[in-house]
Amino acid sequence: MARLGYDGVVVTAPVSVPYERYSIETAHWWIARALRGTLQAAGLKPAELDGFTVSSFTLFPDTAVGLTQHLGLCPRWLDHIPMGGASGVIALRRAARAVQAGDADIVACVAGDTNHIDSFRSLLSSFSRFASDASYPYGYGGPNANFALLTDRYMQDFNATREDFGRICVAQRDNALRNLNAVMKKPLTMEAYLNARPIADPIALYDCVMPCAGAEAFLVMREEEAIKRNLPFARIKGTIERHNAHAGNPIQLRGGWTLDVDDLYGMAQCAPEDMDLVQTYDDYPVISMMQIEDLGFCDKGGAPEFLRGRDMTVTGDFPHNTNGGQLSAGQAGAAGGFIGLVEAIRQVTWTAEGTQVPGARRALVSGFGMINYDRGVCSAAAILEGAA
Amino acid sequence: MTALANLAAALAGGDVEVIDLTHTLDPDFPVIVLPPEFGQCARFRMEEISAYDHRGPGWKWHNISMSEHTGTHFDAPCHWVSGRDLPQSAVDEIPVDRFVGPVVVIDCSAQSAQDPDFLMTPAHIEAWETEHDRIPEDAWVLMRSDWSKKSGAAYLNMADDGPHSPGPSPEAIRFLIEERNILGFGTETVGTDAGQGMHLSPPYPAHFLLHGAGKYGLQCLCGLDRLPPTGAILMAAPLKIRNGTGSPLRVLALVEKDSA
Amino acid sequence: MTDPLQPPVKKNPQKRTVSPTRPPESRSRAALGLTAAAAEGRFALQCCAECGAVQYPPRDACCACLSVALDWRDVSPKGQLIAETRIRATTSLYFRDRLPWRTGTVQLDVGPSVICHVHGECEKGARVELWNRLDRAGQGVLIAVPEERTPNMQDDPQLRAMTSDPKHRRVLITDGRAPNAPALTKALLAAGAASVFLGEGETWRPYPERTALEALGVEFLPLDVTDTSSVNRMASEYGGKVDILINNARFLRPGGVLARGDTGFARDEIEVNYLGLMRLAQAFGPAMCGRTGDGVNSAVAWVNILAATSLSNSPEMGCFSASQAAARALSQSLRGEFRTSGLRVMNVYVGPTEDDWHQPLPPPKVAPGALARDVVSGLRNGLEDVYCGDVAKDMSLKFARDPKVLERELTMGGET
Repeated sequence: MARLGYDGVVVTAPVSVPYERYSIETAHWWIARALRGTLQAAGLKPAELDGFTVSSFTLFPDTAVGLTQHLGLCPRWLDHIPMGGASGVIALRRAARAVQAGDADIVACVAGDTNHIDSFRSLLSSFSRFASDASYPYGYGGPNANFALLTDRYMQDFNATREDFGRICVAQRDNALRNLNAVMKKPLTMEAYLNARPIADPIALYDCVMPCAGAEAFLVMREEEAIKRNLPFARIKGTIERHNAHAGNPIQLRGGWTLDVDDLYGMAQCAPEDMDLVQTYDDYPVISMMQIEDLGFCDKGGAPEFLRGRDMTVTGDFPHNTNGGQLSAGQAGAAGGFIGLVEAIRQVTWTAEGTQVPGARRALVSGFGMINYDRGVCSAAAILEGAA
Repeated sequence: MTALANLAAALAGGDVEVIDLTHTLDPDFPVIVLPPEFGQCARFRMEEISAYDHRGPGWKWHNISMSEHTGTHFDAPCHWVSGRDLPQSAVDEIPVDRFVGPVVVIDCSAQSAQDPDFLMTPAHIEAWETEHDRIPEDAWVLMRSDWSKKSGAAYLNMADDGPHSPGPSPEAIRFLIEERNILGFGTETVGTDAGQGMHLSPPYPAHFLLHGAGKYGLQCLCGLDRLPPTGAILMAAPLKIRNGTGSPLRVLALVEKDSA
Repeated sequence: MTDPLQPPVKKNPQKRTVSPTRPPESRSRAALGLTAAAAEGRFALQCCAECGAVQYPPRDACCACLSVALDWRDVSPKGQLIAETRIRATTSLYFRDRLPWRTGTVQLDVGPSVICHVHGECEKGARVELWNRLDRAGQGVLIAVPEERTPNMQDDPQLRAMTSDPKHRRVLITDGRAPNAPALTKALLAAGAASVFLGEGETWRPYPERTALEALGVEFLPLDVTDTSSVNRMASEYGGKVDILINNARFLRPGGVLARGDTGFARDEIEVNYLGLMRLAQAFGPAMCGRTGDGVNSAVAWVNILAATSLSNSPEMGCFSASQAAARALSQSLRGEFRTSGLRVMNVYVGPTEDDWHQPLPPPKVAPGALARDVVSGLRNGLEDVYCGDVAKDMSLKFARDPKVLERELTMGGET
């Protein structure tokens, strides 16, 4: 059966609460600020909200349910989306279907986390059962060690070099310098990248994100609602979602996108070359390469070569992670699954200010999440299109 | 003055000395070794109950455990099968006047130094009497061997064929019982019998004959070299244990000054 | 090739002893199956009883057919090292002290990929074998080692951290008089132990084997496990120098409850076999637990030599075996109490031994040399449970299969 499109449903009111390296506040505090920001942007009162999704790692023991009482919300549609780096796109597509079906009129999708001095450590220690059983006991390198293994294998199989990964990091830092809210404020040179402190070979310091506190949010509503409120909005041209794909592969060199990529472009009726910018989930540069391949920009293993010939900065021919991505803007827990999507909404609604890609109309946003054991389990992608 | 007043004065003035003939109860003090399939004599053991700590903040005390026959100890007649049916054969039944009496010391230390298997015979006793005096009735007879000065492995002097230490011959014990009607017999070694006493006839003659005749034993004594051959008084009162066959005890002697 | 481990230099008395730390301990109940196999040195994974799929990480249901019938089975440990890394940053205190730490991904011939520790001699891309070992948290972990054994491979720092290897370590054997003391001493010295201390009770009682022991160059320490003061004295003098303690003190007499008719020997059995272990643990345990991070000759293992009949009793040695069961139960408590330090308790379950008390029993019996070999290999493999001799192995299998059936087997047949 052909999939139903998202006609008449739009996404709007992108909000990023500026990140902080460490925060003494709670996830509730950060989520409240983002929610307030997105509602204010749309001129809404909390009582007017009837749909709500939350993504957070540090909300324990609360979930979306506890937040409704905590924040005084009374939604008729509620979801908790614990999918890490995939939660932005997945929140979007679920909210869109709810609005489309009339189960909710206005859904706020929020992600936020705090970062206490020791919270990264305690987050790691309770992440997943498979991780506790079969990953942490082996050096306790966390995601760094997991992605070191994938990167090692990727480099072996596809002759990728450290410079290839460095190019992604250096370009994103360039982009981050245009983003006033980016955690990283200084330029990054290729030399500094290559000489950085090793973390888990072949991964070094600038291959890793900076954990921080922050929150992101956006609203999903019907197009006429956005027009009535005079809000710049983006249309949802296509989305995909997949979990635990390629389970038989001995190590992750591809993600679930490969199973659904034709569906994505078919639904959006466009092709990779039609994208004005690409926001990949960039917890490590190798993962960005994997997405560029799996989303059809080049063949498997071709990303290093593909990127060698392209400029990934805001002003380049392949604008990528235009606000600096997590690598340079910071990773605020589950908000890391929203950062690319929220930036993409700004881009195609031409509200991105310093990082604006001139004339951006169509954006591909990709999400990747949850190193349950040895690989990211969740993958998702969406194509947004500006109304202009 | 009464006799006791005289004694008190003599004790106070130092004319009568109190001599300790007792080894310290110590976990590492040897006990008699029997073939392992037999029941064994328990070693002395001590466990703290508290020591001014969380188990008892203001006081220190121990639980102790041992055999009736551990350390310097008293053998009652019922200790041996030959004395099992005698009246007053357990430590709680023995009349207390039997615990205090005259003591003579027969010095066999020279012979024991020469021969660890030395056996004291009636001839040795008679020779001693020639030099000193006839052993009085109801007296403790202690055989001095200086064995108490040995320690560690030398004390039991165990070899593959058993322990080697001096003791009385069967004849000597018979002589002391039948001819002298002694109160009891004591040694410095781990038992009243010689180390090789199981090979004599009867086996373990001191135990068999003494207890069969209602006499008492003392063993693991020390300090016998501080006693005079005659003239001292021995005090050896075992604990009052119901049906007890013996008991560790403090053995004391009253000795007139310069009589040793 | 692994560089041979050098003996430790003398300790700088001005430096603080490294505090014990341990790797992550938390595991699901299913994952403890790996620990149980590692305790015996086996490589086992869950296999689906219905479709045969081999699972990893451990699960509660088959990822191929959703059957919940998953059995731990010994499977081929061979595979290929397809990716590797050296971790150089971690928030774990244990690994921080030991960086860099090599880990990798091994694709097993039987199917799953596993993240594992990697021995220094494994080449990237090479064929490897996985060993299932207990780490210092006492949990089963997998380490890739080369397919071919190489000299000094035991000295690899990551592997050594998972074993109780006696090399360069100082060992206390608590009862020098025991018939197995000479064989144990020889085997430990041959395995590279830096020194062997022999406890010796009742020094006033000679024993013929002493001359042979003296010739091996051991140090005799006055120690009687039934004497609290002697145990405490020896622990205060030598507690900080004992890296491996082997408690071989044993009091054994034949007979069950009615055959004995009194509690005399039972009291001795409890004094030596149960309270002796408790006294040793109270005296030596704290010092050993404090030294589990102390470099090349860190304190590493506590070994109890127990009768296999501690698993399930029978009247022939009924009272003795009861004291052994008490000691076994105590060892389980000690495992919990030593847990935070990483000091490993290894129980060696022995069938009837070649000695005076088992003289009337028919073979097979365990010779002292065989026991010594199993103790040393158990230490080198970091085991927690060793079944020494055919009788003990047989008992352990039957115990694992059905303890009640074993109990009835051992307690019936008296009237024939």
